[in-house]
Amino acid sequence: MIIKIVKMLLLLLMPFIMLGIIKKTKAFWSGRKGISIFQPIYDFSKLLKKEPVYSETTSFIFKLAPSIILTSAIFSGFFVPIIGIEFLINIDFSFVIFAYILGIGKFFALLSAMDTGSSFEGMGASREACFTTLVEPGFFIITASLCAMNHINTFESFRQFVTDLPLITKICVIVLAITALFIMILIECSRIPTDDPATHLELTMIHEVMILDNSGCDLAFIMWASGIKMLIISTLIASLIIPAVIPQYLTILLYILILIIISVIIGTIESGMARLRMSHVYEFVFVMVAIALIILALVTMKVFGT
Amino acid sequence: MNWLITENRQRINLKDIEIAEIDEIRKEATKINKRPIGFFGLRLDSGIRLFIILADDEEGKLYVTSSIFNKEDREYESFTQYMEKYHIFEREFYEEFKIEPKNHPWLKPLREHREEYNFFEMQGDEIHQVAVGPIHAGVIEPGHFRFMCNGEKIYNLEIQLGWQNRGIEELFKKKHSNQLAESICGDSVIAHNLAYSNLIETLSDRKISNKSQIIRLIALEMERSAIHIGDLGAIAGDIGYLMGASVFGAIRTLVINTMLEISGSRFGRGLIVTGGVNFDIDKEMGEKINTVLDKVSKDVERTMKTMLEAPTVISRLEKTGTVSEENAEKLGLVGMAARASGINIDTRFDFKDKWYKDIENKTTKFDGDVYSRTRLRYKEIKQSIYIIKKFIKLLQNYEKEDLIEDNEKKLIPESMAISITEGWRGEVVHIAITDKNGEIIRYKIKDPSFNNWYALAMAVRNNGISDFPLCNKSFNLSYCGNDL
Repeated sequence: MIIKIVKMLLLLLMPFIMLGIIKKTKAFWSGRKGISIFQPIYDFSKLLKKEPVYSETTSFIFKLAPSIILTSAIFSGFFVPIIGIEFLINIDFSFVIFAYILGIGKFFALLSAMDTGSSFEGMGASREACFTTLVEPGFFIITASLCAMNHINTFESFRQFVTDLPLITKICVIVLAITALFIMILIECSRIPTDDPATHLELTMIHEVMILDNSGCDLAFIMWASGIKMLIISTLIASLIIPAVIPQYLTILLYILILIIISVIIGTIESGMARLRMSHVYEFVFVMVAIALIILALVTMKVFGT
Repeated sequence: MNWLITENRQRINLKDIEIAEIDEIRKEATKINKRPIGFFGLRLDSGIRLFIILADDEEGKLYVTSSIFNKEDREYESFTQYMEKYHIFEREFYEEFKIEPKNHPWLKPLREHREEYNFFEMQGDEIHQVAVGPIHAGVIEPGHFRFMCNGEKIYNLEIQLGWQNRGIEELFKKKHSNQLAESICGDSVIAHNLAYSNLIETLSDRKISNKSQIIRLIALEMERSAIHIGDLGAIAGDIGYLMGASVFGAIRTLVINTMLEISGSRFGRGLIVTGGVNFDIDKEMGEKINTVLDKVSKDVERTMKTMLEAPTVISRLEKTGTVSEENAEKLGLVGMAARASGINIDTRFDFKDKWYKDIENKTTKFDGDVYSRTRLRYKEIKQSIYIIKKFIKLLQNYEKEDLIEDNEKKLIPESMAISITEGWRGEVVHIAITDKNGEIIRYKIKDPSFNNWYALAMAVRNNGISDFPLCNKSFNLSYCGNDL
């Protein structure tokens, strides 16, 4: 029971800590002291207290969307290994449900952005939709390959490496999958080099521009949801690394450590490189798909090949 | 017709300026094809007198002439149809005096458009419009941008300014002061104040001590390096290159804090007054500045090197927002924007100046993209630091001199003077005309932004709309400098 509560708390609160650590890392690299790592939590609670302001041109979709986005993020969190899986749902091909529950959130985010009628938000929605379309096959290829490799049709396949594949293939697959999923974090959670979460320039934004009109608790929900999304994809990475056989409490500790490491890496990347030009972002997304295809090739060769 | 040939900061009698037929001036101007720096009217009882001032950058001379429009003359053949660089000047003249330049291709309001404004529009299913501003995210001034895009690609950008119009030229007529000149454009405090002070001193024949002249130029170069360093940081910030943004920001603070030590204001407000300067740079202060500049130049060099070695940075800057030399020439760009496009004009060196004549000006050929403007800034920072150090050394020769030597004098009646100062953005031109009582009856200001905003519109064509902020930042033009 306690472990379940801990997992729930991790799912809900760890996103803020991750954001805090990223900010702290960026501050460190630019030679500043930086804000406290708990600052995102303070910001969140401040926003929660504020009343949202609605533009006259928006419809009910705009008011509905933040709740749906948040619900979809939390709900999809129940599907992933480590913090979710034994918790609620563990049926065959649950990763398809997982992807499309996240997809519903994305869909409403796009709708609510277009609902405002602002030219910026339409532009942001079109960019976001384009990237998602490209990321989705990559995600499915990776997950399905891992399933095929381990003959398990759920996210459990991320943790159970029961196959008789040679060790070298296994390591290759794991390293490639981690890389691809990491790129997926950078794309889906609008980090540099695909998007700059700190910019104020509407014309260059992807994700941020879609929520320009949201305010108060609506904005808080959306920010929370995107934090949770980052946590979920990071969890997939963690589940590839943490062995399934170790005790629960050790799993949790290792898990937190991996999340912190991922946040530090994201922060370091953001400090050391510039954002890509918009036309090159698509190429960057293709890198993830390409890696996914390599995984597929490796697995197919070994599992179904000679 | 004859041009009156004069120099920077030289008083001329109004009587000496010839009044010619406008068509004749147009033909002459087309023939000699010089750069206009002044094209403005003066209201007379009988009508309007149009002054045209051209700059010859090779010889360092100014060409002045004028023409009279009687009350019934409401139009003339535009200069723009023959020489594109007059376009903005003619629009300004038309807006103020309602004398129409016939066959002007783009006769739109420049500053006053409270009622209606016809934006250039494109038709088609794939075309979408993006309107940005006049209120922007971030603490910047108002300006409206209208993009015609196909997907991510910009076909056309129209910039509508004038939201900041304060009628500053009229204020100068009422009561001119250094404070007013400092408030023309907040990032070119020294440049505008220097241009104004030089102008008033020329018009009243006031002597300035060598010491004050050098201190003024040190301030001018400090301003140039500070703003350029800040801009490098801003460019880095716009492409999300955190390291550059924070380090350049910190270095800029060193420079402006030195300015604070000299004058009590980080932007040098209150340093320059007509007649001289308010604050001295003594030996001790000179050494202090030298130490700071050593650190600044080392840090800038190191950061710039790291930044330009990052492939992601280069890929964002190179071939983004290119203004070709041909277009720059046609648009009549000035200052930094012109130099980045390969036109080597710099009024500090082109117009003979007592202090700059010994300084070597190495010119580099640039290609007009954001990368060029970034590298040009770096080059100018280094040059400014070199100049400041040289001037500080020079200052020792004039240690005994007073800061303000000469008493205040009345302006000489019926004269005109042109004062050009190379601010960090480009040439700042102030022109004043006095009446028979020695009162200013016309004060004309030309900030470099006035010419250069059109370079931005040209630069973003066929670029991605997400690169617009970067192009914009690479020019870093002033809204209030244009709107006045």
